Amino acid sequence: MTVTPGAPGRARIEARTLRTDRWWLAPLVTFTGLMIFIIYGTVRAFQNANYWVPQYHYLAPFYSPCLSAVCEPGSSHFGQWFPDLGPLVTPPLFVLPFVLGFRLTCYYYRKAYYRAFWLSPPACAVAEPHAKYSGETRFPLIMQNIHRYFFYAAIPVALVLTWDTVIAFHGKDGGFGIGLGTLIMVVNVSLIWAYTVSCHSCRHIMGGKLTHFSKHPVRYWLWQQVSKFNGKHMQLAWASLISVGLTDLYVSLVAGGAISDLRIFN
Amino acid sequence: MGYKASFKVWRGDDKDGGLHDFLVEVNEGEVVLDIIHRLQATQAPDLAVRWNCKAGKCGSCSAEINGRPRLLCMTRMSTFTEDETITVTPMRTFPVIKDLVTDVSFNYQKAREIPSFAPPPGVQPGDYRMQQVDVERSQEFRKCIECFLCQNTCHVVRDHEENKQNFAGPRFLMRVAELEMHPLDAEDRVSAAQEAHGLGMCNITKCCTEVCPEHIKITDNALIPLKERVADRKYDPLFAVASLFRRKR
Ligand code: SF4
Ligand code: SF4
Ligand code: FES
Ligand code: FES
Repeated sequence: MTVTPGAPGRARIEARTLRTDRWWLAPLVTFTGLMIFIIYGTVRAFQNANYWVPQYHYLAPFYSPCLSAVCEPGSSHFGQWFPDLGPLVTPPLFVLPFVLGFRLTCYYYRKAYYRAFWLSPPACAVAEPHAKYSGETRFPLIMQNIHRYFFYAAIPVALVLTWDTVIAFHGKDGGFGIGLGTLIMVVNVSLIWAYTVSCHSCRHIMGGKLTHFSKHPVRYWLWQQVSKFNGKHMQLAWASLISVGLTDLYVSLVAGGAISDLRIFN
Repeated sequence: MGYKASFKVWRGDDKDGGLHDFLVEVNEGEVVLDIIHRLQATQAPDLAVRWNCKAGKCGSCSAEINGRPRLLCMTRMSTFTEDETITVTPMRTFPVIKDLVTDVSFNYQKAREIPSFAPPPGVQPGDYRMQQVDVERSQEFRKCIECFLCQNTCHVVRDHEENKQNFAGPRFLMRVAELEMHPLDAEDRVSAAQEAHGLGMCNITKCCTEVCPEHIKITDNALIPLKERVADRKYDPLFAVASLFRRKR
């Protein structure tokens, strides 16, 4: 523990916290949830298989867009920009820095991992274990300030996922079709968009930076709409994280033949 | 309907002190401040506590109840079970004067370090004209009752006394945000927010928002928007280029 009890003049209370509620539950849940995602994501990123279902045009979100020459035939909707660089350089690695960077520098995820992983602080009015603290004033954490650039990059990523969803309306005989996978992808892409739009940088860019809303009615309106989503940013962060994981899992199970897609139409 | 509740109340001064046990009567509809007053009236006549309105509006009665920063007058006894021991301590971030009373002058010092509202040159007080939509955002921040619970809870200073010098705390960073968003304020506040008032120390972990009795969205509506404005000015290369060509706002 740090200076708390010893700082001059403060009330002498030795306990790190006197909280009696289960303050450790929220950071524990956050830690567990994020760890599950990290482990699943790592395994999937290096699996390099089971990501494309040719008969229904399902592409797993972790492999989208598939930009490498090693991508399965038909899964590269946006071209193959990168040559085969060996088994360790799987297709997700080209897109991951952007997707991961967006979440890592997100204001909500920052709160989540500062609390759950770095314990700074683990919960309110619970002393953190670090002797020194400089917040986001120094490298590397000062880099959180470039979050808006990841937001810009997140828009094409969401567009790509939208395209993946559109083409997933594909039946086995080549025409229109809908399966459970298609519906899952629709839900997922909606949540991804909602999360992206609810970004604090988006809110700022849309109108938050203005001091005279009255002079910019359109941007004021946009700011109000984004603010509605922004108020649910934490919920959207979790919902979209879970949905992207589950969508990926579903497609991988179908692609690997472990389950067969539930077809609703064709 | 009444029952006897176990209380632990911190008593002492800036040199020494500790938790004292009390068994005290509780009646229906009471708040923690009522119990503290009953202690004063019966068992501990010299127990020091600061209070004023007993309505959650003056911001005087800030303390920590079962380790959570709260207003004594707004914490209902009905939120505790009858066999629960209730611990009441002074705010831990500020020097204690006596018992539950702390010296909050740190906050007055920080308030003074923020330059006051500065209208554009040539505009006289009678000529201020503003649209409601332009002031709405800062009006949320005016709900502040200056209880300093957010200042007390913020780990930047709570856990690191040495940061007090360079960090204004959530309440006063919110004040900077309020003025920065003010349609008529002509002072440049953005660089000062980061440099003089220590906005970069905040890691947006939202404890200030969690404890604010006025439910002001301090982090979402003041601190993050201010961080974004700082990013415009200091960390965004595109903006640096763009600002060479056009005037702000
Ligand atoms: S969000 Fe920032 S200012 Fe508020 S308590 Fe956390 S670190 Fe302090
Ligand atoms: S912002 Fe909220 S918690 Fe902070 S001093 Fe004002 S009312 Fe109290
Ligand atoms: S703040 Fe969370 S995505 Fe931008
Ligand atoms: S006595 Fe005024 S806020 Fe509690």
